[in-house]
Amino acid sequence: MEKCRLVFSGSGGQGVITTAIILAEAAVLFDKIKAVQSQSYGPEARGGATRSDVIISDQQINFPKVPQPNVLVCLTQLAYNKFSTIIRPGGILITDPKYVVIESKLAARHHEIPIYKSVMDQIGLPIVCSTCLLGSVLGLTKVVQYKSIVKSLKLRFSGKILETNLKSLDLGVGLVGGFEGIDKLAM
Amino acid sequence: MEKSVKFVQGNEACVEGALYAGLDFFAGYPITPSTEIAESLSFRLPKKGGKFIQMEDEISSMCAIIGASLTGSKVMTATSGPGFSLMQESLGYAVMAEIPCVIVNVQRGGPSTGIPTHISQGDVMQARWGTHGDHSIVAMTASTHQDVFDITVDAFNISETYRTPVILLLDEVVGHLRERLDVPPPGDIPLIERLRTSCSEGIDYHPYLPREDGRLPMSDFGGVHRFNVTGLYHDMWGFPSDNPGVVQGLIRHLVDKIQNNVNLLARYKEYHLEDAECIMVSYGASARSALHVVESRRVRGEKLGLLELQTLWPFPEQIVREKCRNAKHILVVEMNTGQVMEMVKSSVDDPGKVFLANKVDGIFISPTDIRNILRVVQGKGV
Amino acid sequence: MAIKDYIRERFFPHMWCPGCGHGIILNNLLRAIENLGLKKNNIVMVSGIGCSARISGYVDFHTLHTIHGRALAFATGVKMSRPELNLIVPMGDGDALAIGGNHFIHAARRNINMTAIVMNNRIYGMTGGQYSPLSGYGTSATTAPYTNIDHDFDVVQLSVAAGATFVGRTTTYHVQQMVDILQKAITHHGFSVVEILTQCPTYFGRKNNAGDGVEMMKLYKDNTTSIGSKKKQENPDLIERGIFVQKELPEYCDEYKNIIARAKGK
Repeated sequence: MEKCRLVFSGSGGQGVITTAIILAEAAVLFDKIKAVQSQSYGPEARGGATRSDVIISDQQINFPKVPQPNVLVCLTQLAYNKFSTIIRPGGILITDPKYVVIESKLAARHHEIPIYKSVMDQIGLPIVCSTCLLGSVLGLTKVVQYKSIVKSLKLRFSGKILETNLKSLDLGVGLVGGFEGIDKLAM
Repeated sequence: MEKSVKFVQGNEACVEGALYAGLDFFAGYPITPSTEIAESLSFRLPKKGGKFIQMEDEISSMCAIIGASLTGSKVMTATSGPGFSLMQESLGYAVMAEIPCVIVNVQRGGPSTGIPTHISQGDVMQARWGTHGDHSIVAMTASTHQDVFDITVDAFNISETYRTPVILLLDEVVGHLRERLDVPPPGDIPLIERLRTSCSEGIDYHPYLPREDGRLPMSDFGGVHRFNVTGLYHDMWGFPSDNPGVVQGLIRHLVDKIQNNVNLLARYKEYHLEDAECIMVSYGASARSALHVVESRRVRGEKLGLLELQTLWPFPEQIVREKCRNAKHILVVEMNTGQVMEMVKSSVDDPGKVFLANKVDGIFISPTDIRNILRVVQGKGV
Repeated sequence: MAIKDYIRERFFPHMWCPGCGHGIILNNLLRAIENLGLKKNNIVMVSGIGCSARISGYVDFHTLHTIHGRALAFATGVKMSRPELNLIVPMGDGDALAIGGNHFIHAARRNINMTAIVMNNRIYGMTGGQYSPLSGYGTSATTAPYTNIDHDFDVVQLSVAAGATFVGRTTTYHVQQMVDILQKAITHHGFSVVEILTQCPTYFGRKNNAGDGVEMMKLYKDNTTSIGSKKKQENPDLIERGIFVQKELPEYCDEYKNIIARAKGK
C-alpha cells in the first residue's frame, strides 16, 4: 500500500486525538502494518486548537510527523484556518459544516460531512461524534480494515457503549457513500 | 510464551522495559513530558507486588529510590528538565555510594521552565556533569519504541553490573509518540541480577571492597551484615575517611569502573556506513529524521550513512573515530546547540569536517531541515 | 546485651565537642533500644548532614548517612521496600526543618512508620554557628551579628499540624523521660516525632552568653516543665515536655499493602 498521512485537527474534547489513536492502533494491532501517531501536546490539548498526526504504511516509518497530509480533518474554524494550507494537492479535506465555513477553494477533494447533525439526529449522543468521524475517514480512505477498527473499539468499550459506538461508526461510513469497497462482513 | 504486541507511547515502552527488567520500586513527581511513566507504574507496579510512591518533589524521589535500592529492590525514577536539575545532588550520592538505580529524563526545552511540552536534547552535558565533583556516569538513549524497551532493560542490567546510576535520556517526541512495541516473552532478554555477597553471618563483610573484576557484591539492608553507607569518601567498610590514599583510590575506582569499559558499554546502530561519504551522527528522536534522509537519499544513490548513538556517556570516542574515518563530512544531528557535536569533534581525526544540523526552537527537526543544512555542508548552497 | 554491643567502638571517642548534648542523646537512644530488645539487624538508622547526622556512624545498625535535609526521603524508600524494619531518623534542627522542612511535613502527613528525632540545638554547629530556623528571634549567631530577626518554629505544633501521630518533646537534662519517650516513639505504629533540646555550648552557648554545657542543661531544668503542669499556668514562658500526641491512624505501608491487594484483585 501507499503511505497514508493524516492530520486530525480540532479543539480539545472533540475526540480528534482518540480518533487518531484508534485508527493507528487498528492498523498496527489488527492489520499488522506500520503506523505511528503523535499529537501536539500542550496547554491547547485542554481546550484550544489540537492536532494529531498519523502515518500508516507497510514500510518502516522514521520521521513520524506529517508536514503535508493526504487526509486533513478540521473540526473547528480555528483548525481549518490554521492547517488548511498544509494539505497535499489532491488530498482529502474533511470538515463538519456545523463548525467550519469554507472561505477559499483548495486544491483538494473537499468533503463537508454533517457529522454533528447526523449523530444528534440519529443517536443523540455528541460524545460518539468521533467514532462517526472515524467511519467517514474509513469510508473515504479505506486505509485500514473495517473489522480492525471494530476490534480496536472493542479494546476500549463494551456493552451498550460499544453498541452505540459501532452504530456511530456505521453512520459515519454511510455519510460518505456507504460500504462500497468495505468488507464489513469479513469479521 | 508468545511475544505481546502493543501500540503504545515511548514512555510506556520505557515502563514495559523496566517491568521486564524486574523493577520493584518507583518514586517520582509529576512533570511534563514524563508523567505517563509515573501514571502507568502507579497502576502496574502494585499488580506484581511492587511499590509506587508519589513523593513531594524530585529531590525526595531520587532519595527514596536510593533508600529502596539498598534493601535489594530494583528502582527507577522518571522526570524532565527542572526535576532532573533537582535530582543532581542525590544522583551524585548514588555515584559515590555506588547504588544501582535508573533515572529517566524525558527531555524538554530548557533552561529553567523552558518549553515544557516541546522537544529538546539539551540535557546531554547535564547528564554527564550535572552533579558536582569528578565522576563518571552512564547515559543512554533510543529513537524507536523497540529500542527504548531494549535500552531500558539494558540500563537496569548495566546499573546492577557496575553499581552505578544509569540515566535514560529520552525526549518529548519519542516519549509521546505512539507506535508498535513487541514485548518479548520472559527469558528472551537476559537479566542481570544483583550480585550479593557470599560472606555468611559473622564473617567480616567489606561492602566497598571491589572483587578482581571490579564488581562489588552487595548485602541488603535488613540482612545479616550491618554496614555504613555515606556520601563522604569512605573506606572498604563504608566509613568516612579523609586518608589521601583512600580518597584517591575511591575516585579512581569510581571513574575507572566506567571509563575502562567504554567499548563494553557502547550501544549504537549503523546504517550504510561502509561506503558513506557523508555520515550523520545522531541519537534519540533526531536520529529518526536523520535516518529518513539517509534512506530517501540512498535510493537516489547518494552515499549517506547514519551512526546512531545509544550510549552517550561514557562517550564512545574510539568507535566514533573509526566509523567516521573515511567520511568527507560528518553531520551531527541533534536538538541543542552542539553538545554531542563537541564530543564528535574531539573524537575524530579532523574536527574541521564536523558540522552541526540542529534545531532549538521546540519544533522537532525534520528531514527538510537536515537536507537544507546538508546542501550547505556539501557546498551546494541553499 | 551491653550498651557496648550497640556501638562501633573503634570510632570512639566521638567527634562532638566537650559539653555537647548529642552524646547524651546517643546514650539514651541506645538504652531505649536495649530496653525494647530490638535486634540490630532490624534497625536502619538514616541521618542527613550536620553534627547530629554523625550519630549514625557510631551505632552498629544498618546505617545510611545521606545528604543534607533528605534523611526522611531516603528513609521512606527503605521503609516502603522493607516495612518490617525499624527506621530511626535523627536529624538536626536545620537538617530537619530548614533544608528538610518539606520532607518533614510530608513524611508526617503520610504517617509512615518511622521515628524522627529532632536534635534541637538551635544552631548550625558543623558549619560554625549560623542561625537555624529554631534559633529564635533576638538570638545571636555568626550570620546574625546584629541579632536574629527570624522567628522560630514550634516543632511540636508543626508536627501535630502536619499529621504526625506521635509527638513528644524532652531535653538532654531529662534523661529518664528521654528514654521513656523514645521507647514509646519507636514502638508507635506511625510517624513519630521526638524533639530533644540539646545544648551546643561551642556556638549557641558562646554566642548567646548561655554558659557552658552544664549551665545550659541547668537552663533546660529551669525553663521547661511537664505538659499542663501548674508551673506552666503560673509561667506561660516555660517550654512543655512530654507526649503531646499519641494516636492510632492507618499507617502508610499498611495502606499500600491494601493497594497491592486491590491491584491484584483487578
